Amino acid sequence: MAKVTTIKKACAVNPLKMSQPIGAALAFMGVANSMPTLHGSQGCTAFGLVLFVRHFKEAIPMQTTAMNEATTIMGGFDNVEQAILNIHKRANPSFIGIASTGLTETKGDDVDGYLALVRKKHPELDKLAMVYVSTPDYVGAFQDGWAKAVEKMIRELAEPAPLVPKQINVLAGSHLTPGDIEELREIVEAFGFNPIIFPDLSGSLDGHVPDNFSPTTLGGTRVEDIRRLGSSQFTLAIGEHMRGAAQALQEKTGAGFEVLESLTGLAAGDRLMTLLSQTSGRPVPNKYRRQRSQLVDAMLDAHFHLGGKKIAIGAEPDLLWAIGHLFAGMGSKLTAVMTTTQSPLLEKLPAEEVCIGDLEDLEERASGCDLLITHSHGRQMAERLDIPLLRMGIPMFDRLGAAHQVSVGYRGTRDLLFQVANLFMAEAHEPGPTDWMPKNEEGASCGSCASAAAH
Amino acid sequence: MSSLNSKIQEVFDEPACGKNQNKDEKARKKGCTKQLQPGAAAGGCAFDGAKIALQPITDVAHLVHGPIACEGNSWDNRGAKSSGSRLYRTGFTTDINELDVVYGGEKRLYKSVKEIIDKYDPPAIFVYQTCVTALIGDDIEAVCKAASQKFGKPVIPVNAPGFVGSKNLGNKLAGEALLDHVIGTEEPDYLTPYDINIIGEYNLAGELWQVKPLLDEMGVRILSCISGDAKYREVAYSHRAKAAMMVCSKAMINIARKMEERYEIPFFEGSFYGISDMSDSLRQIAKLLVDKGAPDELLACTEGIIAREEARFWQRMEPFRERLKGVKVLLITGGVKSWSVVSALQEVGMEIVGTSVKKSTLEDKQKIKELMGEDAHMIEDMTPREMYKMLKDAQADIMLSGGRSQFVALKAKMPWLDINQERHHAYAGYEGMVKLVEEIDNSLYNPVWEQVRQPAPWDNPFLEVTAAPDPMTAALEAAA
Repeated sequence: MAKVTTIKKACAVNPLKMSQPIGAALAFMGVANSMPTLHGSQGCTAFGLVLFVRHFKEAIPMQTTAMNEATTIMGGFDNVEQAILNIHKRANPSFIGIASTGLTETKGDDVDGYLALVRKKHPELDKLAMVYVSTPDYVGAFQDGWAKAVEKMIRELAEPAPLVPKQINVLAGSHLTPGDIEELREIVEAFGFNPIIFPDLSGSLDGHVPDNFSPTTLGGTRVEDIRRLGSSQFTLAIGEHMRGAAQALQEKTGAGFEVLESLTGLAAGDRLMTLLSQTSGRPVPNKYRRQRSQLVDAMLDAHFHLGGKKIAIGAEPDLLWAIGHLFAGMGSKLTAVMTTTQSPLLEKLPAEEVCIGDLEDLEERASGCDLLITHSHGRQMAERLDIPLLRMGIPMFDRLGAAHQVSVGYRGTRDLLFQVANLFMAEAHEPGPTDWMPKNEEGASCGSCASAAAH
Repeated sequence: MSSLNSKIQEVFDEPACGKNQNKDEKARKKGCTKQLQPGAAAGGCAFDGAKIALQPITDVAHLVHGPIACEGNSWDNRGAKSSGSRLYRTGFTTDINELDVVYGGEKRLYKSVKEIIDKYDPPAIFVYQTCVTALIGDDIEAVCKAASQKFGKPVIPVNAPGFVGSKNLGNKLAGEALLDHVIGTEEPDYLTPYDINIIGEYNLAGELWQVKPLLDEMGVRILSCISGDAKYREVAYSHRAKAAMMVCSKAMINIARKMEERYEIPFFEGSFYGISDMSDSLRQIAKLLVDKGAPDELLACTEGIIAREEARFWQRMEPFRERLKGVKVLLITGGVKSWSVVSALQEVGMEIVGTSVKKSTLEDKQKIKELMGEDAHMIEDMTPREMYKMLKDAQADIMLSGGRSQFVALKAKMPWLDINQERHHAYAGYEGMVKLVEEIDNSLYNPVWEQVRQPAPWDNPFLEVTAAPDPMTAALEAAA
C-alpha cells in the first residue's frame, strides 16, 4: 500500500506530464484513414505533431481548427465547419476525431452541437464519421485524454449486434506500443480468435513503407470495425484507464469485459493465457509453454542483477503499474515513484509513496538510486545523478525503435529483463583495493596499531 | 491586451522591411501573416516563435505561464547549443489547473517566480504568456513588474500568446520584449573598436562556433549574439556594440533596426550559409567596424583570411566534383537559405531543380533569378503529395528540407538531408559548407538506396520487376 501524495508547489519544473488533447489525438491515430484534429490555436497541433514525429519517426497526420483571438471569443463554429470541409476536400478521410484544448474550453465551445449543425448543413459528409471529445489542457494528463477519446468513440460509433463466434475485442491502453499490440494480436490469434483491436497503432504507427502516399493514417482500426465492437464474444481492456471505455461498450451493447491492468511479468502473462484458454476452450499453445519457461529462466538469471536495486521511476499510471510490478517482483525497491495523474492503481503500488508531480520532484527523491526509468526527458536528470536511464513511455526522441519496444507477454517481459540486467552489468563497479578501506573519521587511522604497540 | 495589439501593429509596420513598405496602408495593417486556413494549416504559433527566439539565452529561466500543453509537450526539443549554463534546457511552467482558470493564475505565476529564484537563482526570468492565461486576463506585465521590484531581479514579460498569430510574429514580439526590458540595462566591463552583435543567430548544432574562430582571427569580438549561446548580461549590454549583423532574414529585423535608431549601431543583413555569403558577411563586418573607427588594416586582414579560406574550400571540393556533377537537388527551405546554398552547390557541379520561395522576400527571389536564370523553378507551395511524386519520378536525386517533409522523401526511398532547425550537423561558414557537401555525397552514394528499392524477390519471381509500372506513381497520376 502506497501513500499517494500530490506535490504542492506553484511552478512545475521539467514536466513529466503531457496534455490531454494530444493523448486523444494519438487515440484517433489508431483509427484507419483518420485525421486527428485539435480545436485550438495552430500551435497546439504543431507541438503535438513535432512530439509524435520525433517519437515515432513517421509523418503524423494531425490538423487544427486554427483558432485566433477573435474567433475564440466569438465562438469556433465557423472554424470547426471550415476545418472539416477542408480536411474532407484535401485528405478525404473516413474519420475525423476532434479534441478540444485549453483555449476553446476556457471559452466553452459546444462542439457536439457544432457537429450536429455541420451534419445538417452538409449532407455530403454523411459517410464521414466524426467524433468530438472534450479534453481541456488544464485537467488530467495524456493517458486521460486517450481514455476519454476511446470511450467517446465507442459511445458514438459502436452498435449492438448479434454475436459473431470467435470475435473478441481488445481495448488497447495508451501505454502499449505498436510492437506491444502486434505481440498481443499474435497471442490472441494463437487461441483461434479474430480480435478487433481498438485503437490499433500497430497498423498506423509501426513504421512501415506504404505503397501509396496517404495524407491520413496508414492503418488502424477501421470505422466499420469500431461499429462492430458490440458483436464480439467478450472484451479485454488493457490498462485500468480502459475500464471506462469497456463499461461504455457494455452499457451500449451488452458486451462483457475483463480489465487486465498489466501484461508485463509472469503473473500478468499467466492471467492472460488462462483467460484466453478458458474462453476459447483451447489449451495454451506449445509456443507459449516454451516462452513461459524461458521467462522463468530469465527471471532466475536476472534476479542477481535486479534484486535489491533502488529504482526511480516516472511514468503515467498504467505504465507505472506494469513496470513497477515487474521490478518489485524481481526484488528491486521502488524508491522514488512519480506519476502524472490520479488512478485507482496508485495506492496499490508496491512502494512506500507515489507522488503526482514532475521530474524535479523525482530527481529530489532519486539520490542513491541505481536506475532511472522514464521517457527521454529524463536524460538530463540521469546525467546529473550519474545513473543509467531506461527509456519508457512517450516521448522517446533520442533513440530509434520506440514503436517496437515490446514489454508485454512472456517474450516481451523476458527481453525487457535482459535489457535491464545488461544496463546494470554495463555499469558494474570493478572492485579495487580501497573499496573496503575504513573511512578516516570512523575506525582508527592507518598505522595506529603499530603506533599503539610502540607505547 | 490593447497594448499587445498596438505592439503587433507596430511590428507589422516595419520600415526596414522592403516587402512591407511596398504594401498599401490597408494591407500593411493586416500584417504579414496570411490568414490561417482551418483544417489546412501547418506550423507553430506566436508563443512557439517567441520561445525559439529567446530560449537560446542560456543562463535565464524560461517560465511558461499556461496549461501543461505549451511547455509539457515541447520542452528541451531544440538544438541551440550552450558553452556554459544549461538552465535554458530546464522546463519551467505554471501548469495551471481548472481552479486557476476560474480564479486567475497571477498568484501562481508570482509564486512560481519566487520558487525559481529560491531554487535556481538565475540572473533573470523570462515569463511567456500563452492563450489560456491571456484569455482569462492574467496581467503578466504587472506580475513581472511586481516580482522584479520585490526580488530585485529582472523578470521579463514576453507577451506573445499563441493565438495572436504565427511563429514569425512571435519572433518579432520576442524581439520587442528584449528591446523594452533587456537591451541597454547593463554595461560591459570594457569596450573594443571590434565589438559586434550578431542578431538572429541561434547557434543551432553549434553553428556560431563554426564561424567564431574566423572572427577571433580577425580580432572581432562578438559582444552579444542574440540569442545563440548568449548570457543574459551580454544581451543587456549589447547596445554598446559598434556594428551588427542580422542573420536569418526578417525574423529579428525589428531588433536590428531599432538598435540602429536608438544606439546608432549600423547593421547589415547577411548569412553564414554558402561560400560567397560567408565571405561577404566577413567583409561587411570589417567594413562597418572600420566605418565606425576601427583601424583600416582590418580590411586587408579580412581579405587575407577570405582568400585563404576560399582557396582551401575549393581545394577540399576537388574530390567531390566528379561524384556530384549533375546531381539534381530539390531545395525546400525558407528565406535566405533558398538562395544562399544554391551558389555553393552549383559551383560543385550540382543542379538545383527547384527551390521553395514560400517564406522568401522579393530580394530573395531576385537573387534566385540571378543564380538560377530567369526560368528558375521557384516553388510557392508544394503539397507533400507533389513532393512525393517529384522524388518518385526521379526528377530530383536528393531533397534538402526541414524535418516536416523528411518522411515524404524517405517513404519515396529517396535521399534526404535536414537543413532546418532540428538538424544535427552544423552547416555554417566554410567548414559547414564542406560538411554539407560531404553529407550530400554520403547520402547519395549510400548503398542502402539500392537495397531498399528492390522489391521482395518472392513477390513476383517470374516478371521483370523494373518493367512493370510503379503502382504508386500510377495511383497518384490517376488521383491527379
